[in-house]
Amino acid sequence: MIRLDNVTKRFAGGQEALSGLSLTVDKGEMVFVTGHSGAGKSTLLRLIALIDRPTSGDVIVDSQNTRDVKRRRIPAYRRQIGMVFQDHKLLYDRPVFDNVALPLIIAGLGQRDAGRRVRAALDQVGLLKKEKQNPQTLSAGEQQRVGIARAIVTRPKLLIADEPTGNLDPDLSLEVMRIFRRFNEVGVTVLIASHDISLIDRLGCRRIALEEGRLQVEDDTWQ
Amino acid sequence: MAVTRNADAVAPVRSSGAFSIWAARHLSTSIGSLGRLGSQPFASFMIVLVIAVTLALPAAINLVVKNAQSISGNWENALDFSVYLRKEVSVSEAEGLSRIIRQRADVEHVKLITAADALTEFKEQSGFGAALDQLEDNPLPHTLVVRPGPGNTAASIVLLQEEIANLPETDLVQVDTEWVQRFQAILDIVRQAVAIGAALLGVAIIVIIGNTIRLDIESRRDEIEVTKLIGASNAFVRRPFLWTGFWYGLLGGSLALLLVQYGFFLLKDPVAKLAGLYQSNVSMASLGPAECAAIVGIGVFLGLFSSWFTAARHMRRIEPR
Repeated sequence: MIRLDNVTKRFAGGQEALSGLSLTVDKGEMVFVTGHSGAGKSTLLRLIALIDRPTSGDVIVDSQNTRDVKRRRIPAYRRQIGMVFQDHKLLYDRPVFDNVALPLIIAGLGQRDAGRRVRAALDQVGLLKKEKQNPQTLSAGEQQRVGIARAIVTRPKLLIADEPTGNLDPDLSLEVMRIFRRFNEVGVTVLIASHDISLIDRLGCRRIALEEGRLQVEDDTWQ
Repeated sequence: MAVTRNADAVAPVRSSGAFSIWAARHLSTSIGSLGRLGSQPFASFMIVLVIAVTLALPAAINLVVKNAQSISGNWENALDFSVYLRKEVSVSEAEGLSRIIRQRADVEHVKLITAADALTEFKEQSGFGAALDQLEDNPLPHTLVVRPGPGNTAASIVLLQEEIANLPETDLVQVDTEWVQRFQAILDIVRQAVAIGAALLGVAIIVIIGNTIRLDIESRRDEIEVTKLIGASNAFVRRPFLWTGFWYGLLGGSLALLLVQYGFFLLKDPVAKLAGLYQSNVSMASLGPAECAAIVGIGVFLGLFSSWFTAARHMRRIEPR
């Protein structure tokens, strides 16, 4: 599903966020990317989401080399990927329902279809009853679940998340991770950047450890 | 909250090309944009007012010029000019010439006053009848009174006069009513000045709306970033701003129309009264349907153009970080 080939990302200042990184994430896999802040986790996700482009090397997502995705095609490319962010990135000027519906509206879905899918997505994260509320009135955990609902409402094959539990206490974190796990169980490929090693160990997924932009250990233990 | 997976769940989002969905989206976006204007009624109204005044100004001056022109055109014989023919031109030659001139497209009417008629008239009106009887021959020439057609401009009338003056039979062309021509010429200048002024004011409207949209875009920067992050195209994020520009233009244009019509309403009676004092039944012409549509249409066009230009320029700069 995701393949990185000798990817280097160098910033304008000259420092390298990723140095010759190669890795593979298979279809249907759930993988964690770990490492200290500055190890390159976020950069990796940004390259996959085409927020940045690699300085050299290839990033191949769903058999598509991101190098070939022209600027104009980036929106369509991003629509194939569900994205979850540490700070949720919800829009606070509209209710939960509209936040979750946004990707469908962008994709040009009709009102009735959209409504059905939004409710299904909210149901999957357990927030069906809160669809009319403003996200601001929700707890951090609930806001993150709204973010997840928005990411999965278009039923993407790939879900990427950057520190989705960064702002949550351990109980809520586990709950959020379990939601990801359930999506993974129905076939969605999930890639999560996180530094919460103990939590990851409890879930028992493959870990890709980064250190200074390089692969540290690849732990292939499945539970 | 069980994760279910059925056939439908696997299907990716269909990009439905149905026109009705597209139209419904636009409708909801347009209402949303209007709602945004309504959420800050005072600020929005001030901008609409500025646009309205800027549009109303040239429209009103144009209306005044139009009326002045039609009033001055109403002085029926105002543009007549006299062509004095050479002494040696005979009556029949004069008649022939008057027929030729009458056939011109830019001439409405030619009246021949023969030397004999002129002398008779002069005798009757001047009171020098007895003295004139002493003259051996008639000192007056034949005269043609030419009335230019209604399609003429000040410049084309001058051209007509020059052409007639250059005829071999012509001795002298006398324009009795040069002031009317000057007045018309001034109106022409005013009209052109209004056109130039209107163009400049149009630029001002583009700047005003553009600047407002730019601030709007800045204040919604986060929203635009997030929307782009989850796959919105530039066209998608631009849409609400286009509608905002449309509404500014439509509301500004409509208010401009109201202002001009109200001003017309205020002036109508005093002008009719003044015309009555001059025993004239001249009445003011108001804006026609086409002109009304033009004012609103120009407002909408400027609003759309300005917001499109601004949004296109700024949208590209706002990318997720």
